[in-house]
Amino acid sequence: MEIPVMSNILSKNDKIAAELNAMLTARGIFVINLLGSPGCGKTSLLEKTIDMVKNDLKIAVIEGDLYTSKDADRLAACGTPVIQINTEGGCHLDATMVKTAVTKLDLDAIDILIVENVGNLVCPAEFNVGEHAKVVMLSTTEGEDKPLKYPLVFRQSAAVILNKIDLLPYTSFDIESAIADIRGLNPYVNLLQVSCRTGEGLAGWAEWLKARAGDMRNHLG
Amino acid sequence: MHELAIAQGILNIALNTAASQGACKIIGVKVLAGELTGIVPESLEFGFSALAEGTIAAGARLSICAVPLTGLCRDCGEQRHVEKHRFVCPECGSYAIDIISGQELKVESVEVE
Repeated sequence: MEIPVMSNILSKNDKIAAELNAMLTARGIFVINLLGSPGCGKTSLLEKTIDMVKNDLKIAVIEGDLYTSKDADRLAACGTPVIQINTEGGCHLDATMVKTAVTKLDLDAIDILIVENVGNLVCPAEFNVGEHAKVVMLSTTEGEDKPLKYPLVFRQSAAVILNKIDLLPYTSFDIESAIADIRGLNPYVNLLQVSCRTGEGLAGWAEWLKARAGDMRNHLG
Repeated sequence: MHELAIAQGILNIALNTAASQGACKIIGVKVLAGELTGIVPESLEFGFSALAEGTIAAGARLSICAVPLTGLCRDCGEQRHVEKHRFVCPECGSYAIDIISGQELKVESVEVE
């Protein structure tokens, strides 16, 4: 006997993510799910960001890694609240992990929560963690073929950060091809070219963050 | 690797469905996997069979049906397959394309006895 079901396989995760999103929205906290390959510069971006917006926004970070607290230690050194999640081999964070981590934060003291996901362009794209926006990072040393190889994450993201733009002359990265592919997947995405090493382009990113955090507070009335 | 978490989700739905019908054996599960999800069928089948061991779904057949990525143009109403992940309407050139299928991960049906 065949029983029709039509159930979303990830509905349990989606439900927890939606509850978490509603709770954080009610507190006026803007939540970002930051994704990208290992070594693309996610933690470097956060170090720079925390410093750049420290007079305007209080940022907390939930840091997802398979092992070690190396990234969390870097961010804690910036004076920001940071909660480490070690997935012990797991390739992505899920909503339950983030929900548990959120209970360890003082939510009255933050404007933006950034969840730095496990370095991976495939798996984390499927699992919402309560975010208002996904942000995906790509670096010029990875090759311009990545957007079409990992289309889901580039389609879903509200912003794409193209990092290591200072290294462009030393790589064979075809930036026009990368931009065309990203725009093809996500025509209206906020595409930012930055260098976390030199600071180039980061002002635009900081402005975007401030605007989104402001929208969230205004929405709250 | 995340196929294992998805396989667990499939198994949970299948077991709950069987329990609600009072069935004692799951023979097969049909899954819809959208083109944009990037699921590797072999990994999903492997994960499902490993997790199903020792349950009433042990040995059940997992059928994975790929769902094409289909877009609907908000400007001209054209509905067709999104070729090469380019979300541009081939009819009118609009970028306002809504995905109407190809992102889903669903259990379609569960076959029990």
